[in-house]
Amino acid sequence: MQDRRHVHETRQDDTILRVRDLKVSFRSYGGLVQAVRGISFDLKRGETVAVVGESGSGKSVSIKTIMGILPSNAIIESGEIMYDGKDLTKVSEDDFHEIRGKRIGLIFQDPLSALNPIMKIGKQITEALVLAQKMNPKEARGQALELMNAVGISDAERRFDQYPFQFSGGMRQRIVIAIALAGDPEILICDEPTTALDVTVQARILELINSIKKSRNLSVIFITHDLGVVANMADRVNVMYAGKIVETGTSEEIFFDPAHPYTWALLSSMPDLETKERLLAIPGTPPNMIFPPKGDAFAPRNKNALKIDLEMEPPFFKLSETHYAATWLLHPKAPKVELPEVLKARIARMKGGGELHA
Amino acid sequence: MPSSEYLLEVQGLRQYFASGRGKNRLVVKAVDDISFGVKPAETFGLVGESGCGKTTTGRTIIRLCDPTAGRVFFDGREVSGRMTNDLRKYLTDNIAMIFQDPIESLNPRMTIEEIVGEGLKVRGLKDKAEIRRRVVEMLVKVGLNEEHATRYPHEFSGGQRQRIGIARAVIVKPKMIIADEPVSALDVSIQAQVINLLNDLKEELGLTILFIAHDLSVVKYFSNRIGVMYYGRLVEVAKGDDLYKNPLHPYTRALLSAIPQPNPLTERTRQRVDYVPDRDHDYSTEQPTMVEVEPEHFVLCSPSELLEYRRRIAQNV
Repeated sequence: MQDRRHVHETRQDDTILRVRDLKVSFRSYGGLVQAVRGISFDLKRGETVAVVGESGSGKSVSIKTIMGILPSNAIIESGEIMYDGKDLTKVSEDDFHEIRGKRIGLIFQDPLSALNPIMKIGKQITEALVLAQKMNPKEARGQALELMNAVGISDAERRFDQYPFQFSGGMRQRIVIAIALAGDPEILICDEPTTALDVTVQARILELINSIKKSRNLSVIFITHDLGVVANMADRVNVMYAGKIVETGTSEEIFFDPAHPYTWALLSSMPDLETKERLLAIPGTPPNMIFPPKGDAFAPRNKNALKIDLEMEPPFFKLSETHYAATWLLHPKAPKVELPEVLKARIARMKGGGELHA
Repeated sequence: MPSSEYLLEVQGLRQYFASGRGKNRLVVKAVDDISFGVKPAETFGLVGESGCGKTTTGRTIIRLCDPTAGRVFFDGREVSGRMTNDLRKYLTDNIAMIFQDPIESLNPRMTIEEIVGEGLKVRGLKDKAEIRRRVVEMLVKVGLNEEHATRYPHEFSGGQRQRIGIARAVIVKPKMIIADEPVSALDVSIQAQVINLLNDLKEELGLTILFIAHDLSVVKYFSNRIGVMYYGRLVEVAKGDDLYKNPLHPYTRALLSAIPQPNPLTERTRQRVDYVPDRDHDYSTEQPTMVEVEPEHFVLCSPSELLEYRRRIAQNV
């Protein structure tokens, strides 16, 4: 049993962003909604960390905190976000202008509401360049055309003077990516960037993000609920449930050797292309975060929950240098609980390659 | 003539939407000459990207839109002709619909009992106690309980609302259900609950389902046969396994290659194929038609493509 806070301190050199024990709540009429309840993770240079979880698990709130764009009823209760020697939770709004958009870029879920409908898209891209990099309009135009080419918008000269409604969903998302890149950030945060897109368009946007990441050596935080997208993008995965990270590990560790019952449930609840058997649905609904459950938040929905799960919160147990899970099942005294059969079969199938369209 | 093999048969269905007048007139061919049949107690999946006409197909069958051309037969009777009171009654008695958005599709000012029981009421059931009894029975069947009957839609979560939508559709004992993206608005863990519920109801009531969705893994899991749509045309129809193991039309191949699979090993090496109609087909001399390439496997192709597809199948077997 080891607290993972101490584990990561041995290798800090390439860590670009460090989140420690972050707690964020919202004031609401019903009471204090505890959206994020103490999360810690590191982002290393050049890697992609995926954050997976259902709506309400706190994944969007945590990245909004990093970007300093929480709504006014939010309270950062504790914790720190260390970036470039500064604690982002304490940076003033004026100083944040030097970070947001310039050092840390953000891509939103819905490209249409992220763009100004009555401003030409060329202007929207150059605006970022003029403000962030103090370019003159002419330089900015050249740079914007270059960015548009880089994100795969053909015929950039002509499209420079068009409005967002003249673009398809996938093209709009490319524009949003171009704007995010305009400030030349070193961290790119993607908040479900492909959820609103069709699967063939999604595939192209994911390829684009991956190639930009490589060519610019970006670090990426990728938020999604689609496990297929996670497998495609992530080096490491954080699984969130009820405002906490319940399991963290490399892609392989999470997909082939999951340890937390919630990760099991996530992996076995959706059909893949070869699923024939009945789905293992997770019973119930996610908890009300005004009254978060005591102990392991997932216990009320977990049919294998131990007695202690309902009383005491599990700490992180170490499975490998990179793999940690917060579940009492990993305690030496815990009874042996087997992986669900469905999941076992699926993991075996995945390791076998599962060639579908060769 | 309708074939007796199918419960629902669609023949050459077209649905065009026109806007503007004179030189501004613009016709969108949302559904352009599609034909397929759904057998009794079968689930037929309709997949495609947004704008391909899959939702319009469903809405035209149940006559939320009037078809531009083509015929639709339900249980031997034509349901695409002129709308009469009798036809409307026939349609609504036999086909029910489950909608995508569980918030928009429930009237916020009606209680669950009113929403679910409305179908019985308009069919002439006056006995309040009987309506109540059947509503409660239905609610229990979809995993809700009696006390939910007096509540309003806003008091429920997304998954529960979708259960209410399902209860409303099933309570009138339709022969067929058109489910238009019934799970895509729901969270992953809730999607599985609703899919399992639909599967149980399907078996218990022997329902025939037209399942419209864009998530190919879900469609594959849930459907017996699948039709793939692209820009208003049906390009390939086959049994689920045949379609995924042996996709013939280049669009189907492109679509399948784009699905991200929850498996880091295959994902890292995945090769995506693009579909470019002008490059992939040469229709300058021959026109494509829907052809049965192997039993129960139809593809939209020209005669020369057909030869190529047949050759490919022979190699695979």
